Amino acid sequence: MLVSGNKSRPIYRGLEPDTFAKHNIIVTDGDGCAAVIEMAIAAGDAFSKRCTVLLCTKDLSDHERDESVRALGPATVWFFPTLETLLTRLDGMLRTARMGTRLYASGSEPLIGSTVKTALAHGIDHRSVSTEHRGSNKRRVQCVHCKGMTEDVTSTAVRCAHCGHTLLVHDQYSRRLAAYMGVRADAEVLGETPASIGVFQ
Amino acid sequence: MNTIFKPDTFRNDFTFANSPAAIKRFPFPFCEDTYTYSLDMEPHVAGPAGSVYEYPIDIDDHYVSDMADRAHVLKDDPLRCQAFPHMMTAQWDLLELLMTSMARAYPHQFTLHRNGDQWHWINKTLGIDDKFRFGDISTLSYEPMEYIARQCQGDFTLLDQRDNNLWLDGGIATSQADWSLDFSLGMNFMEWHGAEPVAHDTGVSDHALNSLLNVQQNSPVRRLNWTMTLNPRLDNSPENYDIWGRDRATVTPANVGDKVHLRVELQAVWRLPRSNALVISTRTYFLKMRELLTQPNWARRFPRVLKSLPAELVDAKGITRYRDVTLDWLNPYDDGQATPTGCLFK
Amino acid sequence: MTTHNSRLVHVAQVQQVAREIKRFELVSLDETPLPAFSAGAHVTVTMRDRDHVWRNPYSLMGSPLDAKRYEISVLRVPQSRGGSAYMHRNVGIGSVLEISAPVNQFPLSNVGRKHIMIAGGIGITPFLAMLAQIKQDKRNFELHYAVRSVFDGAYFDVLRAADLPNVHLYRSDRGERIALPGILASQPLGTHLYVCGPQKMMDWALQTARREGWPDESVHCERFSAQPSGKTANVKLARSGKAIYVGEHQSILGTFSSDGVDAPSLCGDGQLLHNDHTLSVNEKLTGERATTCATRLDGGSLTLDL
Repeated sequence: MLVSGNKSRPIYRGLEPDTFAKHNIIVTDGDGCAAVIEMAIAAGDAFSKRCTVLLCTKDLSDHERDESVRALGPATVWFFPTLETLLTRLDGMLRTARMGTRLYASGSEPLIGSTVKTALAHGIDHRSVSTEHRGSNKRRVQCVHCKGMTEDVTSTAVRCAHCGHTLLVHDQYSRRLAAYMGVRADAEVLGETPASIGVFQ
Repeated sequence: MNTIFKPDTFRNDFTFANSPAAIKRFPFPFCEDTYTYSLDMEPHVAGPAGSVYEYPIDIDDHYVSDMADRAHVLKDDPLRCQAFPHMMTAQWDLLELLMTSMARAYPHQFTLHRNGDQWHWINKTLGIDDKFRFGDISTLSYEPMEYIARQCQGDFTLLDQRDNNLWLDGGIATSQADWSLDFSLGMNFMEWHGAEPVAHDTGVSDHALNSLLNVQQNSPVRRLNWTMTLNPRLDNSPENYDIWGRDRATVTPANVGDKVHLRVELQAVWRLPRSNALVISTRTYFLKMRELLTQPNWARRFPRVLKSLPAELVDAKGITRYRDVTLDWLNPYDDGQATPTGCLFK
Repeated sequence: MTTHNSRLVHVAQVQQVAREIKRFELVSLDETPLPAFSAGAHVTVTMRDRDHVWRNPYSLMGSPLDAKRYEISVLRVPQSRGGSAYMHRNVGIGSVLEISAPVNQFPLSNVGRKHIMIAGGIGITPFLAMLAQIKQDKRNFELHYAVRSVFDGAYFDVLRAADLPNVHLYRSDRGERIALPGILASQPLGTHLYVCGPQKMMDWALQTARREGWPDESVHCERFSAQPSGKTANVKLARSGKAIYVGEHQSILGTFSSDGVDAPSLCGDGQLLHNDHTLSVNEKLTGERATTCATRLDGGSLTLDL
């Protein structure tokens, strides 16, 4: 099976502020934060005052983190050590949020995908979430056979973290699962697996 | 009329074969000697007696074995039947469509009595006799889609219509040609068809989406889709690719006639009244290469089409490993004579 | 003669429900039930006079749970020589009408968590069907219905008498206004807004929703009151080579059906007056798609790929 160009891949249009929004929730990571800062500066302090930034600090030094906070001006910034802890907070915030709240995500694809997936669970249309891809091209991959998720995949083929089979990473993307499809590389001829290439660095 | 149901299998020993009558009604999908890509639909109106188009839902002599295979797949993998909660009305719509169609077309096999919302369904062939209240899931042994799809040939996908798009928000797929319901659930029409290489370049999927958005109640449409399959295996899911993928490296000149199958899907689309959703029924027909030879014009046309298939489609259909050996086997049966214009089946 | 997907129905009842609005109850000619439909759907009624054919879409306002009869309401449009005047003047109990299968271009969002419905005048009709559906499904909703006066607003009294907790009624002759910003400010995530009424009301609602930070994906409109007429025009159908004359009070689809053209979807390059709200603003600007039931022409000619 070939890994081909595929229209199920999400399109990230770039962060765009809704200056009418009553409250803006912005999910981001070390790489994505630059895009958030650009948006905040362009939209001005009145916008930033209505922003809550959920920052995943996993790949940030304390110094980088503090620099980001300073650059974000009057926005409220919360730190989370991992994406998982961030999403738990996001879920809680959306539970009581009202219409007029706008959601933004900027950073790696798994971060954006997880944000959109959380949004869907709260009745937010995925097209209402403003997104921008920055930094790593790493993917979350679901093994189509055992249904297990493998995180931070930077190459194809890759070993499934659950069933251990070697998977080819396809371009087919599921918004519901926030993952790309992984399919056994040696399904047709047992043991015939291609060399792993780091295409999602 | 009493149909004799063939006890064929679609797995393990693969005893499936077509009777001479079944070959005659096989929906041979090629209307020209060269390959053309099209998502064009035509009205799903009644065709000649005995044809696959005679009734809106086609039940044939593989009904019993087909349903046994579906039960087998669902037992192994319950994720083959899923629907979002907001598709419950569409599920009931589907149950109504299938029950009324089947009872009208095959009164010796299926009976439906309706008294308001009190329904009584009898499926003599499978020995089912159930009374239930339409709209009340507590009165059925499964959710409505699964209940009726366990008794009706063909896969079904339910599409919600929102914001000028169609959303794959439910379905049952146990006889699919390499797509995953579990993975695709929630996709819109374009995302779902994203893997088809030709569709987007030529804008045909935009056109197809527009046609589907405008399908009206009581005016179903249909098209034929095709690919090839090794062994008459209904379940060609990505989930089980590591099972059926193995077959692709096993084709030899000696086994082409029995192993290589033309796989045709009759896709029919209905607007569902209460939910405003669409349902696509995808009904699969197999034809062995040996069976293809019994119809001289098919034996001429099919290798010509296969030869003209663009490389990216050879890949997309997964026939790269065995196209040439199949062509070599078929070529001697193409005597080079012209084929009649247009479709070659009734 | 009926087209392939239309049927003849009997008018079983006619009732004056407001100053210029009549309600028509339509039943099957025989025992066969009318097709089930979804809330928000309309049927296109074909009216034939000696030298005129009109095809007007009317929302089905009865309960989708009861398809024994269809109910439509028709506002007589002043200075109209069109279908609404014909319905008021010529159609009575026992009349036979031709109707299309139900088509829904204004559905409730199946994924919405709550539904806010804003109605003005005759725009109440699709919401009456939605109310029945929503109550059956036990979904969250609010209905806000504004009328000029009790004499002009159909079903105002019925709704007032029903005294439903989430139904709010407004009379502009008493200076009552829908306080939309406040309503929109306090809704849970996943709420959808639906607006049906005069153009001014819809513009106001769309603008208010945007100012309140609502995403476009959560806002749905259907223009319901009589559409402004266009100028007369010629429409060319590229594939069939047909040419069709569109009168100033006719929509393109109306003329298609009378000329035997089946028009599922259309691509045009003319100057289109988009009178519907199912197309995105972008689609309207590019003129890539046109919904023929509502589109009228700003004169000249137009070629469609049919």
